[in-house]
Amino acid sequence: MATDAISTFRADTASLPLVAKLHDWVTTVDHKRLGILYIIYALVFLIIGGIEAAIMRVQLIRPHNNFVSPEVFNRMFTMHGTTMIFFVVMPMLFGFANYLIPLVIGARDMAFPRLNAFSFWLTAFGGILLYFSFVGANGLYGDGTAPDVGWFAYAPLTSRTFSLGHSTDFWTLSLLVSGFGSIGAAVNIIATIFCMRCPGMTLAKMPLLAWLYLVMAVLVILAVSPLSAAQIMLAVDRYLGGHFFDTQAGGSAVIWMHFFWIFGHPEVYVLVIPAFAFVSEIVPVFSRKAIFGYPVMVAATVCIAFISMSVWAHHMFTVGMNANANTFFVLSTMAIAVPTGIKIFNWVATMWGGKIHFKTPMLFCIGFLFQFLIAGLTGIMLSAAPFTWHLGNSYFVVAHFHYVIVGAILFATFGAFYYWFPKMSGKMYNESLGKLHFWLFVIGFHLTFDFMHIPGLLGMPRRIYTYEPGRGWDTLNLIVTIGVFFQAAGILVFVANLLWSYFHGEPVGSDPWDAWTLEWSTSSPPPAYNFAIIPEVRSRRPLWDLKHPEDPDWKYE
Amino acid sequence: MNAQPAVVSDANITWELPSRGRVGMYCLISAESAIFTIFVVAYLFYLGKSLTGPTPRDVLHAPIFFTICLLSSSLTIHLAVKSLKGAKAGGFALWWLFTLALGATFLAGTAREWHHLIYDEGLTIQTNLFGTTYYSLVGLHAFHVTVGLLAITTVLLFALLGYVRQEHAERVDVLALYWHFVDAVWVVVFAVVYVIGR
Amino acid sequence: MSTQMWRLRSAVEVVVLLCVPETALADSAGRSLSPTNIFAPASTPAHSIIGLSFFVLAVTGAIFAIVFSLLVYCVVRFGRRVDDDGREPPQVYGSNQVELAWTVIPVLIVVVLFLATARVIASIQKAAQPRNAIQVIAIGHQFWWEYRYPGLKVVTANELHVPASDPAHPTPTFITLLSADTDHSFWVPRLGGKTDLIPNHPNSMWIDPQVTGLYLGQCAQYCGTQHAKMLLRVYVQSRQEFDRWVEEQSRAPHSSTAVSEGQRIFETTACINCHAVNGTVADGRFGPDLTHLMSRETIASGIAPNTPENLRLWIQNPDSIKPGSKMPAMGLSDHQLDAVTAYLGTLH
Repeated sequence: MATDAISTFRADTASLPLVAKLHDWVTTVDHKRLGILYIIYALVFLIIGGIEAAIMRVQLIRPHNNFVSPEVFNRMFTMHGTTMIFFVVMPMLFGFANYLIPLVIGARDMAFPRLNAFSFWLTAFGGILLYFSFVGANGLYGDGTAPDVGWFAYAPLTSRTFSLGHSTDFWTLSLLVSGFGSIGAAVNIIATIFCMRCPGMTLAKMPLLAWLYLVMAVLVILAVSPLSAAQIMLAVDRYLGGHFFDTQAGGSAVIWMHFFWIFGHPEVYVLVIPAFAFVSEIVPVFSRKAIFGYPVMVAATVCIAFISMSVWAHHMFTVGMNANANTFFVLSTMAIAVPTGIKIFNWVATMWGGKIHFKTPMLFCIGFLFQFLIAGLTGIMLSAAPFTWHLGNSYFVVAHFHYVIVGAILFATFGAFYYWFPKMSGKMYNESLGKLHFWLFVIGFHLTFDFMHIPGLLGMPRRIYTYEPGRGWDTLNLIVTIGVFFQAAGILVFVANLLWSYFHGEPVGSDPWDAWTLEWSTSSPPPAYNFAIIPEVRSRRPLWDLKHPEDPDWKYE
Repeated sequence: MNAQPAVVSDANITWELPSRGRVGMYCLISAESAIFTIFVVAYLFYLGKSLTGPTPRDVLHAPIFFTICLLSSSLTIHLAVKSLKGAKAGGFALWWLFTLALGATFLAGTAREWHHLIYDEGLTIQTNLFGTTYYSLVGLHAFHVTVGLLAITTVLLFALLGYVRQEHAERVDVLALYWHFVDAVWVVVFAVVYVIGR
Repeated sequence: MSTQMWRLRSAVEVVVLLCVPETALADSAGRSLSPTNIFAPASTPAHSIIGLSFFVLAVTGAIFAIVFSLLVYCVVRFGRRVDDDGREPPQVYGSNQVELAWTVIPVLIVVVLFLATARVIASIQKAAQPRNAIQVIAIGHQFWWEYRYPGLKVVTANELHVPASDPAHPTPTFITLLSADTDHSFWVPRLGGKTDLIPNHPNSMWIDPQVTGLYLGQCAQYCGTQHAKMLLRVYVQSRQEFDRWVEEQSRAPHSSTAVSEGQRIFETTACINCHAVNGTVADGRFGPDLTHLMSRETIASGIAPNTPENLRLWIQNPDSIKPGSKMPAMGLSDHQLDAVTAYLGTLH
């Protein structure tokens, strides 16, 4: 019986012209389709952002290289950072949220389907607006074109005086637009989780995926709003002659930094907490054990989110805050390491005593654990402010945050792709290609980002389009660049796997992984209405209860 | 493959969850509060730091009457929703109209104040730090009042055409929540700009 | 803090740091690895930071070793066996004692790390300025460094000269950091951590290098197109050499008729809008002070050696050396270029 969405869709619409099919997708309010739209959008920008990174790395392969001009290089690092954060990782994570949350809580859709679509299109148009800057921003002296002020756009470099033309305005406005999209998506996630859970699923019985996305959504609301405020202020400065960040009028450049990082630090937790969510779903299934310490995992995540609102000025250790302020932010930053470490220990404890299946999703999660550990430890090093007085704004910091965003977040996201691809497409991906992707990417990642720490220790600052020979940075930069090609190869294998498996993969049933949460109780892919009958649950692992009626979870919870 | 229903418990659990609209509005209010907080912080930070130009003490006069109008509109909108919940369509429309009128009066008051500040006192958004932060903060609030009034007008039109009934009370209450938020923000803005700042 | 306390504290620091064997080794090895190696400290703030860094590295290294070993053990020991019977392993939902243990221990580690860090922050940021400290005002520009010695009445650019500080009679250099345009950052890794130069936000830092030599660094806060080529050169000299340098910098240049044509071109073209030469009409502040240009080893903020060829090329077309720098090409003829270069060549 063809009850899954795709075969129904195919049967009904096989005769429809392409235009009608596209119209269906463009006007959809179905959370599954919007999730897929977000994810595909993010993948396209992942490749674009990766090309921008590759351009930078080729320019830096040797000192005094001439691959691109300084102006182009400066645009590359600005666009790379802005793209990856706002138009790759955030949409990717919102995509998974939209697809999965209603399914794991036993609902038929998100709380506000039309807001869902609106938020997606806001984000999408924000990205298009940003990239339109490459062609549409001509201002004085050719200083129009893509923004080149760095992804954190420090004042007063962004003022009309120092940023001629409209490039900075593209940065400001595109992020303002997509920021509202993010807030919309977050509102939707919170309302869905609070208001649409199936009967019996109290908050204490929700899968960790739902809990962690709830925390992430709250952080989005509290963090993206300050960025929007700061960007409105910047727009007032640039267009209405305001003086928010005008140092000549007595304004403060430092206050932009405060406002930006009040956004910027919780933002990185917005990015990493869904990665935690993926790992918290995948590791138990592939270790064949329940997650260790569910209540502690929830509490630790809430603690992390709470503390993350108080650490922002560790990005500002070098701006000349007084000793007391610096010391406070050292304390808050070190404090956040405690709940973070607890989570790592809990994941390891989940694996402990289990029977680990080394399929591709699990490989990526093991990579996540290893790399997130290192990233967290370099973070602790940097939390010691005097260490950051050396290494802030150097390649050590660049290596640290790429270790988190690529080594932890992207790895966990790859794991999520492989884990839920069968659910979303009804086909199993190719396991050999998946492993090939993993190994290529691991080699490339470590070549690039392990070695990237060292130039920082040897004095190499970031955002420089070239460097002097004789500083000991040459060979290291060469190795870093080589790693990029391995990573690119891995991504190509990944995309090829997705495409090939979508058309030619083995069809799968509803539960290829023998998993325990509600999304695996419906067909792959799910029908438009998700569940024929809204489920009722008694424990955190409703399918475990069904499969093990003699030993159900609700006896132990 | 069809779905296998998950465990159905024996007990008949009553399952009540909060209303989506209300939760969504609380989230929106949180986000907006965060935005306003940043503007308030900027206003407070820049107090006394303008290098030239008029200062708050020179030119600001607390708009007591218009504040009373706005805060009263919170009362009238509450009464409107109460009427609607009690299925009194006439009472609802009346109090709703009062809310609109009071809100519009407040906006007119702001417009008048700005006219005076710009043309008589020479304070614009470009003049100095005070001008920038003042117009931004009060302007952001006025923008939210305007959006609220547009929504209220829309509901008023529907009400006058007879489309708003008792079963819509919850939704109208959610809009009222937004309006209460706008008034609460004004309390803060008033305190910061006209009391602390002077 | 009085000079005596300063001396005592410096002495204690030096003794403590010499007890850290890495320092002596790292110094020579570090220097050969890179002239900007943070592990080759040559000044008290840099030493303090590295001391703290080794401690933090040791702690985080230990944590890494433990957790990594557990992870590896897990992966190796608990993989599904080929002959697995398909039964689920025992389900363990948690353990309060274990959770408590791995909460309390990290909290203790954090407390220790925090106290060590707080101590170093205070020692650097709350250090008192002794009476005979050298005072320098560093002003960041796009894309060069202006240095003023208010007490010594010296104004120069791009190459900072400081006297070496004798631990027995310390003469540290206290630098006030200002900016004329956007944000910059002063980072000479062997001498200290970086501090930003932010307009309308004066900062201050101090260094007390004990070994003479040339120390390198570069701007460490993105400031625009040529951020990458805003290099730092700090010349640490013996007291006599430093005093001699100060004296040379304070002398007015003498004009020579041989280069009067070059001087005339310099003074009648837009050069003087940006540049200053003491004792002449040139009084521009936008670009580097050129009064003692020839006393500098490099031009364009450390990018090119100060040779007549480079100087001529720079004046002819700055973008060929530093594309995007704020100096415009003045469109001078070959003859004018030769004359101006010759004139500038007399500014010792």
